[in-house]
Amino acid sequence: MPQNVEKVLDHETLFREPEYKAMFENKRTNFEFRVPAEDLANQIAYTKSWEYREKNFAREALTVNPAKACQPLGAVFAAVGFEKTLPFVHGSQGCVAYYRSHFSRHFKEPTSCVSSSMTEDAAVFGGLNNMIDGLANTYNLYKPEMIAVSTTCMAEVIGDDLDAFIKTSKQKGSIPAEFDVPFAHTPAFVGSHITGYDNALQGIIKYFWDGKAGQGTALTRVPNESINFIGGFDGFVCGNLPEIRRMLGLMGVDHTVLCDPSDVWNTPTDGEFRMFDGGTSKAQVEAAINAKATISFQGYSTEKTMKLIKEHGHETVSFNHPMGVTGTDAFLMKVSEITGKPIPPELERERGRLVDAIADSQAHLHGKRFALYGDPDLMLGMTAFLLELGAEPVHVLSTNGDAEWGRKVQALLDASPFGKNCKAYPKADLWHMRSLLFTEKVDFLIGNTYGKYLERDCGTPLIRLGFPIFDRHHHHRFPIWGYQGGLRVLTMLLDEYFEALDANTMGIGTTDYSYDIIR
Amino acid sequence: MSLTVDENKALIEEVLKAYPEKTAKKRAKHLGTFEEGKPDCGVKSNIKSLPGVMTIRGCAYAGSKGVVWGPIKDMIHISHGPVGCGQYSWASRRNYYIGETGIDTFGTMQFTSDFQEKDIVFGGDKKLEKIIDEIEVLFPLNKGITIQSECPIGLIGDDIEAVSKKKAKEYVGKTIVPVRCEGFRGVSQSLGHHIANDAVRDWIFDKVDPNKNTFEATPYDVAIIGDYNIGGDAWSSRILLEEMGLRVIAQWSGDGTIAELENTPKAKLNVLHCYRSMNYISRHMEEKYGIPWVEYNFFGPSMIEKSLREIASHFDDTIKANTEVVIAKYRAMVDEVIAKYKPRLEGKKVMLFVGGLRPRHVIGAYEDLGMEVVGTGYEFGHGDDYQRTTHYVKDGTLIYDDVTGYEFEKFVEKVQPDLVGSGIKEKYIFQKMGVPFRQMHSWDYSGPYHGYDGFAIFARDMDMAINSPVWGLTKAPWKKAA
Repeated sequence: MPQNVEKVLDHETLFREPEYKAMFENKRTNFEFRVPAEDLANQIAYTKSWEYREKNFAREALTVNPAKACQPLGAVFAAVGFEKTLPFVHGSQGCVAYYRSHFSRHFKEPTSCVSSSMTEDAAVFGGLNNMIDGLANTYNLYKPEMIAVSTTCMAEVIGDDLDAFIKTSKQKGSIPAEFDVPFAHTPAFVGSHITGYDNALQGIIKYFWDGKAGQGTALTRVPNESINFIGGFDGFVCGNLPEIRRMLGLMGVDHTVLCDPSDVWNTPTDGEFRMFDGGTSKAQVEAAINAKATISFQGYSTEKTMKLIKEHGHETVSFNHPMGVTGTDAFLMKVSEITGKPIPPELERERGRLVDAIADSQAHLHGKRFALYGDPDLMLGMTAFLLELGAEPVHVLSTNGDAEWGRKVQALLDASPFGKNCKAYPKADLWHMRSLLFTEKVDFLIGNTYGKYLERDCGTPLIRLGFPIFDRHHHHRFPIWGYQGGLRVLTMLLDEYFEALDANTMGIGTTDYSYDIIR
Repeated sequence: MSLTVDENKALIEEVLKAYPEKTAKKRAKHLGTFEEGKPDCGVKSNIKSLPGVMTIRGCAYAGSKGVVWGPIKDMIHISHGPVGCGQYSWASRRNYYIGETGIDTFGTMQFTSDFQEKDIVFGGDKKLEKIIDEIEVLFPLNKGITIQSECPIGLIGDDIEAVSKKKAKEYVGKTIVPVRCEGFRGVSQSLGHHIANDAVRDWIFDKVDPNKNTFEATPYDVAIIGDYNIGGDAWSSRILLEEMGLRVIAQWSGDGTIAELENTPKAKLNVLHCYRSMNYISRHMEEKYGIPWVEYNFFGPSMIEKSLREIASHFDDTIKANTEVVIAKYRAMVDEVIAKYKPRLEGKKVMLFVGGLRPRHVIGAYEDLGMEVVGTGYEFGHGDDYQRTTHYVKDGTLIYDDVTGYEFEKFVEKVQPDLVGSGIKEKYIFQKMGVPFRQMHSWDYSGPYHGYDGFAIFARDMDMAINSPVWGLTKAPWKKAA
């Protein structure tokens, strides 16, 4: 009998007991009618070949294991970043269950969001009644100060008009006329989660700046000395935004973070559930129009938003997820240039410490080959950081990065001696990556949780950076931005390197001469 | 504390006050108290969720791809439509299986047609054809393909049935199953289960070549129906059935294969765990092939013993005798588990809110540990589920169907249970409130919970949830003193 009350066997050990092994063998042999062992072995070998890689890259229609999600997920992220705001997704309800689960699995936090629960009748007659009732219920039950509406693909396919629906809802008394309901159409069949973030954020800013969808007056900009900061869709938001605020605080820069979910996705366990916590207030959004400039940390995540802001007379600067020394330098120098405030000695010391750490450790990363995948901005930032460390970003892949993104990454690679023979792969997925890892091997893989399947198949150790990260806890609570963030990412790379080296030199009496106590 | 019938009524009334009148009237029908002797739980169910209330429910696609079809490991399941649905349901349900992923098994992979605007405008049938061609090139060892429709498919008028037939002919003998599980159909995951069951009937049973994958039948052949092998549940169940002397010829659908589905009509008895999601195909097999089916419950020793004997009653004396041997064999281990954990859990109150089976099925396991379930409800149960629930719950149990975020929070606040068992969306809400919690869909990444081996894990997990030192830390000491 396998189970043991003194030391309860969990799934990972229970099913290795002889009783279960025999059971699996019996099931496989007698009932599964699996493919012959020879065919299996041949196919395993074949998928590792260059020939398979070519066929794999010849795919035109099928996507396997993509590294992207759909627009409304990003729209919910954006909405969550505003004070006492409840995201309301107009369309099928299953989508909202998925977004909430997805975020909760990553952040290990509640994610509040409602659906208009459209079903077959709404598919035929449109979802107006769902909007009318839905807004009323949300307003009465959860008492938000703002409801930010976005759409699922169902509502988009049948062509529901959010602006008209919300106005009608107000006319029908569903919610008070003056209640703020910014909105954005976020079709899942266009772009990805970063597009949805962009659309929703643009929708909210436009709503407040341009006269509340025709129900108020447009704001007039009276420029001041403050700046706005937009982070973009970011799985490390709970660590990153406080770090940005800290750095800007050290510089004495008057700033507004537009969209800040770093509190609501990081609430304490103290006996109280906070459906709402922190976030950018409506007053802050309105005042943000007067800022001198707006900085986006992730340009691909904020294309439309930044265009809108620029049209309002701001100086706008979009980065691509700057990381490490030069990335952070560029960000801080830009802030300094815009605001006229010098970069303080504290930050210079932090910079020096990061350089110190890199100098201490660079020999272990120099020339190491990396494959990385993820959102387009993160890929640009991480590629630059790897090059800065003397590492080689051999395969840089993004499912939601387009050809233009690919050229940008390639230019970055081509400009560095460490980018030689390195290549960008736009609009590719993790099954493409599998072929790359088998045919052109690398030392380490950087990606989200789904990269663990590649780690298993290809034996390439995975460093978890990106979204989502479901299978490691609390990474999102710490920054990867700024010099401090650079230190952390550097440590992650080194930890994985040393772990792999130790694991590879542990053979007792065979390889352990290299199992060094000092590395 | 558990409340009295009157206290429950007052609580429900108070909670309903927050709703607009129309909504309150509708929600009132879903909230109630079980009263001893009544034939049901006094609530309405399987009705559309109200917009904007924060329902916990999902959709038909989740019921078909996520629950019924997804675990069939040697088939490729295409999430047909935009990228999200497949992404969010990718490998998140912990349907354990054994096989070479990407080679001859495909369970933890995400195949999607990643619809773009042009596919919506011009239709996706041509793309689907091409996807099937590409699958055949890159994954030639797959044993079949299912097309799991996402919302747009039914709205833009694609003919996935025609594509399936055409491609099945082209790849001679290939099983290609179109499933109309668009997320807007029905009111919850539940219709997706039904649609998926019907697709098995229409596209597997009705098309199977009787000479394919044959084996010699025995009088002891049974099929496990409605076990998704979450954390290995079907395995820790199967082992008991085999020890009884039965031969399990198929698992539906955890760690299942298409051959097992095809051969199930040869079973002598179908044993059904998740009634809600697979009663349809069980009834069909009874009508068409004359296979009887019996519901069973493998949560906790009391229910396991009862179920083992019930299953054995369909067979001869050898099986019945074996069954007593199996029960006796595990008795000592089970007694040790209870002796260890019952003193730590005795009298603890539990509130549940799960899918279509566990709101009733796990109650016995808690009771075996001396715990009491004081509130329960289904995300997508029907009337027959609430009828079955009456056999499990005690007088005065608070019942909440398709509970909303608001209601659940208020109920827990008032009832103050020692443990809440629900899903990932609920977990952190209650933990913030200082209430111990276990996910009862995914077993909180633990499990199995089925069978005797699973019960030991279940008991250990409930103990570690409730008796964790962390719950003594939620209040800062300087506040405690104040």
